[in-house]
Amino acid sequence: MTQTMSLKSFLALCLLPLALVVTAFFLLPMAKLIAVGASGKTGIAAYAAIVLDARYRGTLINTVLLAAATTAATLVIATVAGLFLQRHRFPGRAVLVALLTFPLAFPGVVVGFMIILLAGRQGLIGEITLRLLGEKQVWAYSIQGLFLGYLYFSIPRVILTIMAAVEKLDPSLEEAARALGAGPWAVMRDVILPALRPAFIASGAIAFATAMGAFGTAFTLATNIDVLPMLIYTEFTLSANVATAAALSVGLGLVAWAILALARSAAGNAVAAAG
Amino acid sequence: MSPMRDRAIFAAQLVFTLAVAAFLIVPAALSMTAGVTVNYFRGIQSGLTLEWVSQVWELYADTIARSFAIALATLAVTLGLGVPAAYALYVRGDRLARSIEEIITLPLAIPGLAIALALLLTYGGFGDFRRSWLFILAGHVIFTLPFMVRSVIAVFAAIDVRTLDEGAASLGASPWRRFRDVIVPNARPGILAGSLMVVTLSLGEFNVTWMLSTPLTKTLPVGLADSYASMRLEVASAYTLVFFVMIIPLLVAMQMFAGSGHGGRSRP
Repeated sequence: MTQTMSLKSFLALCLLPLALVVTAFFLLPMAKLIAVGASGKTGIAAYAAIVLDARYRGTLINTVLLAAATTAATLVIATVAGLFLQRHRFPGRAVLVALLTFPLAFPGVVVGFMIILLAGRQGLIGEITLRLLGEKQVWAYSIQGLFLGYLYFSIPRVILTIMAAVEKLDPSLEEAARALGAGPWAVMRDVILPALRPAFIASGAIAFATAMGAFGTAFTLATNIDVLPMLIYTEFTLSANVATAAALSVGLGLVAWAILALARSAAGNAVAAAG
Repeated sequence: MSPMRDRAIFAAQLVFTLAVAAFLIVPAALSMTAGVTVNYFRGIQSGLTLEWVSQVWELYADTIARSFAIALATLAVTLGLGVPAAYALYVRGDRLARSIEEIITLPLAIPGLAIALALLLTYGGFGDFRRSWLFILAGHVIFTLPFMVRSVIAVFAAIDVRTLDEGAASLGASPWRRFRDVIVPNARPGILAGSLMVVTLSLGEFNVTWMLSTPLTKTLPVGLADSYASMRLEVASAYTLVFFVMIIPLLVAMQMFAGSGHGGRSRP
């Protein structure tokens, strides 16, 4: 009996430091953020304003559209490349996989700089289009640049998830479909893509939530891009509108959290595991 | 199916995949060369130089040292808090344990900017704390803790640590001795994987850090953003190069190590 008692208190002791730190530096601050969000002139209505106020609503729609476009494009690109890399063995394949996953550790600010080098005022695309078309194309400092940045950020992650999922596919299902006379497109449409659905949901949700809430890339490209994180930044630092910034932060956090939670219940536990 | 058509499909997919790789790698290569080129606009024929790297060293050495210090401190704290907690959460395995795991994982779903704003609103009035690097440490710990805890729990689940623990208990070992002599040594792969992730994420963290830092507590990524906005392209590139040199060995170690659960969830 004393043995089990002492194990119980030992386990409690193991959890105590973490509980204290998480309470002090996460739970309390989050509660404070929610309270401050309702402390402005309009009180609790500040939360409703995220949807009701035309300007905030416009930014919210913009952000959601950007995140949806990023997610769709990333999934298509990563599925084509991931299927190809997992299904074929050829010289140089390992190097190609390494190159595709190399940017995994780049933070958003660095990704922003990559987009500036690619599509900025002195960027590669500008240089090429100037020579070929006689007109310089500059996309970096706008929502198109942000779209490219989020693609850059998400492609390596999603490719890894898709490759892992393709590896786990059961080849006998495809063989059975082929034996029954299904062509390659039918096999793709009716066997492979449905089997990859959990991986699409899991990695798509992460790409979406990332594109909704990310800040570093936009901050590097241009501070006047009309997306939610930049609106929070300008409300807080430039307008000193703390209550609105807090309300918008809570709203953004809720949306990002809800998307991941939804995807997790739709795809099993894979979403949480992908971190 | 004709072999001709097979080959055409293979070639098309290869070209597509190569184009994706080029999109990712070309700008990184441009940045690395720009950092050691005398004049980026005149190209590599203007000559190679370490002038920009040494300028970065003069301007930003403090941010590099501070980022390392914060990353190591973050590692120490997440180890101290995370490993015992992972053990307790796994052994308990009840509803309370699952709720605690949910709560510590929440910072992954909430944008860093929101977490930073929350910390600032709560502790901004504590001047000494707000002005010190410890304020940034608090943010990094909250953001990286779930990676450590999950990584260690994953190993506990894989090696069936409960049976090991019960075996040691039947020999009469106290909980503390079991934790020190049986649990921690067996958790080593998870601790190592979690540590690599924590250090990598902390070194590159910007979204939380930006609002928590002051001009006197700039970290490397905050300095990078600063140089992108205000320095010539060669200096910004050289600074990025320094960051690559720091982060790439960690990334390689992580890739070699990753059987499952690859890829950090940081945010751009």
